[in-house]
Amino acid sequence: MLTKRIIPCIDVDLDEEGNAAVYTGVNFEDLKYTGDPVEMAKAYNEAGADEFVFLDITASADDRETMLETVSAVADECFIPLTVGGGIRTKEDIKETLRAGADKVSINTAALQRPELITEGAEAFGSQCIVISVDARRRFDDEGEYYTTVDGEECWFECTIKGGREGTGRDVVAWAIEAEERGAGELFVNSIDTDGTKDGYDIPLTKAVCDNVSTPVIASSGCGGPEHMAEVFTEAGADAGLAASIFHFDEYSIQEVKADLDEQGIPVRR
Amino acid sequence: MSTTPPAQTAAEIVVVDYGLGNLRSVTRGLERAGADVTITEDPETFADADGIVLPGVGAFREGMDNAGPYREALADAADRGQPIFGICLGMQMLLGSSEEAEHAGEGDVEGLSFVPGTNVRFDVDRKVPHMGWNELDVQRDHPIVEGVDGEYAYFVHSYYADPDDDNAVVATADYGVDFPAVIANEEGTVFGTQFHPEKSGETGLQILRNFVDLCAE
Repeated sequence: MLTKRIIPCIDVDLDEEGNAAVYTGVNFEDLKYTGDPVEMAKAYNEAGADEFVFLDITASADDRETMLETVSAVADECFIPLTVGGGIRTKEDIKETLRAGADKVSINTAALQRPELITEGAEAFGSQCIVISVDARRRFDDEGEYYTTVDGEECWFECTIKGGREGTGRDVVAWAIEAEERGAGELFVNSIDTDGTKDGYDIPLTKAVCDNVSTPVIASSGCGGPEHMAEVFTEAGADAGLAASIFHFDEYSIQEVKADLDEQGIPVRR
Repeated sequence: MSTTPPAQTAAEIVVVDYGLGNLRSVTRGLERAGADVTITEDPETFADADGIVLPGVGAFREGMDNAGPYREALADAADRGQPIFGICLGMQMLLGSSEEAEHAGEGDVEGLSFVPGTNVRFDVDRKVPHMGWNELDVQRDHPIVEGVDGEYAYFVHSYYADPDDDNAVVATADYGVDFPAVIANEEGTVFGTQFHPEKSGETGLQILRNFVDLCAE
């Protein structure tokens, strides 16, 4: 039986000396140094993670070379699928990242700005390696296309850019459908509203996306423990759950989360 | 008492670079399993290798087009009984044909035909592609699946092998239908996995070690 996937994610930046380092957000604002990306990849690989996600948060083209070298070093320790995102804007960027050892690339803003990039990437490298990432936020007005109910109110979800600081007016569900049609192999759904809360994933958002596409969906943002993973799998229909701080700060191990899900009858790889 | 272990000659494995797939992962995996790996575009290197790996991600037609120049050299290797290991699309190419090429309106595309049969698309009420970790159910003995029965492997595919001879099926997985996860030819020297051993954690490394052991024999 196909299992639900548990995926740790690292945000990678350069430290003062120009070395790649993992930083994790604490209480929405502060970024705390969390470790070395290669060591963390190795540890999660051994701990039984089902995949590994590496997000380059430098957002600077100058640092791209260093980041690709780090991706290669991580890939050499990763005998599980590796997704790399951040700063991927062109077909050439996709190619370089895959060459460096990534199995999949995650694309966000560049795909919203030029949706043809999805088609080009899927045709050249296969849908299985094109992951479309969205940063959604709730909107309670009449400008959306697909509505759901959140706290008793009609709500739609908007694609944002720049870490949620800027709206695009694009409906997340409509965009997910288009991305799938264009050849996206997976959807990576982040929520500005639940990110960092540890109160659970954005269930209405994840469900709205899962109900409207057949592409696998990775839920992200808000995981505080195994109960939230269980919720997003059973209530929203997600295929994978992503988490960062609960794993990085040793609040739960991968195996503890899996044991908990297993007890609830949710299929996981043990 | 200390004894010097016998000089180990690591198996020399060639990974065929026909322009598809992430060769880095499979190379690292094989090296981790103890192999001496060469990525090659030259079919003349096949004869001297202890084993040949056909990697692959992508479409059947494109794969076969790209693998075209290697067809004869691979057939010779199979005739000599050299181990040939196809991974994912590389496994599907071991069969005779695929519905994928037909669906794409490309007519018949001839596979390598080391294992008689075809590849068919999942016709199940589930998400396609089948992507993620699924459990291996070993059906019969073969050195490649030593120690992996009931373990999980990582799959990404929309088509699966449908060999003419049931005995070609070494292991299956369940995705609404029991489909072949590992196949082998009658002699057992040509085989393949639908999943990616290089991405299947410890289970995958075990399979790669099994392969390297088999090649070193």
